[in-house]
Amino acid sequence: MSAAPYDIARVRGDFPILSRQVNGRPLAYLDSAASTQRPRAVLAAVEHYETHVHANVHRGVHTLSQLATDAFEAARERVRRYLNAASTHEIIFVRGATEAINLVAQSWGRMSLKTGDEIVISSLEHHANIVPWQMACEATGAKLVVAPINERGELQFEAYVALLGPRTRLVAMTHVSNALGTVLPVAQIIAAARERGIPTLIDGAQAVAHEAVDVQALGCDFYAFSSHKLYGPTGLGVLYGREALLEKMPPWQGGGDMIRTVSFEKSTWNDLPYKFEAGTPHISGAVGLAAAMDYVESLGLAQIAAHERSLLAQATESLSAIPGIRLHGTAAHKAGVLSFTLAGVHPHDLGTILDHEGVAIRAGHHCAMPLMELLGLPATARASFGCYSNAQDVIQLTEAVHKAREVFG
Amino acid sequence: MELNELYREVILDHNRHPRNFGRLDPADAIANGHNPLCGDKLTISLRLAGDAIEDLKFDGNGCAISVASASMMSEAVKGKDRATVTALFDKVHALLTQQDAPSTDLGKLAALSGVREFPARVKCASLCWHTLNAALANADAASAPAVSTE
Repeated sequence: MSAAPYDIARVRGDFPILSRQVNGRPLAYLDSAASTQRPRAVLAAVEHYETHVHANVHRGVHTLSQLATDAFEAARERVRRYLNAASTHEIIFVRGATEAINLVAQSWGRMSLKTGDEIVISSLEHHANIVPWQMACEATGAKLVVAPINERGELQFEAYVALLGPRTRLVAMTHVSNALGTVLPVAQIIAAARERGIPTLIDGAQAVAHEAVDVQALGCDFYAFSSHKLYGPTGLGVLYGREALLEKMPPWQGGGDMIRTVSFEKSTWNDLPYKFEAGTPHISGAVGLAAAMDYVESLGLAQIAAHERSLLAQATESLSAIPGIRLHGTAAHKAGVLSFTLAGVHPHDLGTILDHEGVAIRAGHHCAMPLMELLGLPATARASFGCYSNAQDVIQLTEAVHKAREVFG
Repeated sequence: MELNELYREVILDHNRHPRNFGRLDPADAIANGHNPLCGDKLTISLRLAGDAIEDLKFDGNGCAISVASASMMSEAVKGKDRATVTALFDKVHALLTQQDAPSTDLGKLAALSGVREFPARVKCASLCWHTLNAALANADAASAPAVSTE
């Protein structure tokens, strides 16, 4: 069976924002690793919910409360299918990948960590998968151990395995590096930890929009991602957690929805997943995320990935041809992220000049300061692709980099 | 807004060939400045003669706007007393943030007027001034804490 050809013009037509201009130029949006844009299907789902359905969930006996609860729980089921989790009990709605990791660090961490215990991360981590563990270490006396990378920005797998020992309590690693685009061999990373009985958390923020994720096949214990990097609304994310582990973990925030009974002497906790969902959740966000997952699967994750790979190859070739350009992160297996520097032009200046040409990129440390320090770079410019990126975006990027060279002579 | 309003020739020149670049040793005061948004880092070292800045050098790593601003500042404040430096900073700050701010009496520093059309870059241009203030404030102290424009 041959897949339908990827109709990039139709995909771009699904994203209203792409038709706007920036600084008098057509927008070339190359910052999807920071946040993706939303297709009409997501905007429409959110508007329909807000217009016809909204009330608080899990509360009232009235019609709208029931409809809102149904919509919210249908979204949870949609997420379960997207990740192929065993049960909706394992799908916890949070504010974003950052909050998902903080939840695990606070709830699981305080329950499980003791002085001398070790948490293994990699040099590629985003601050969101470093700082929550540092806070947990501070509180418990555990320590952070960092698995090294090679000069291409790939995890040194043997060195990682060598770090796993009797004191290792958790492996917390990114699926895809936001700064360099490296795709980590998470299946092998998880397998090596599981052989030693060590639980794993995968930061999937940069992965879920670019490849199919099956948490049961991977065998991870936790998987975290954000809706807004998957064409859904901001302010929402998901923590997948293996039910047996979530059952043992204490709540981390108290309030409404997460309790069964409350008295001034003692409260008892609700069942999963509500135990970890204190307060009114981002209902419209969940509805939007479900629509985003429908949209992404209608395009096909494999087709999106192939499209982005071809753009990455095009961009790698055209940028490499510019004198003074250096690419950072040249892993064999990369997602649609291109980190680069231009000799004599600071990334921040590059960002301003590119913006002036309508090209939106990220310039800076990409919330990965330890990685930048390791690479000996104060900052890089980063172009990143989404399902709607096209060859014209890459041409506009390349021309804008030439313009930067002209300005700086 | 035009790019050549931001990247004027004098700014590009000071970026390529920063004046007073380096570290004074010994120095009467040192301060570190850091703009976490873009990673700009600079260190200012200075020597005082009474109330005046006798000598000043800066080093570090940053974008063209922050390097050029520090370079031009270093020329402008050398030999000036503190009151004059403070008045100059006020004028530069107004130039960077107010549409109708006058650029008279600013000499080369007037070249920074284009920055106000690029709000994301104002902090790049003002980092050196905040760092200089920190250095002056800490002139008599043994420690020199970092300042931040974030």
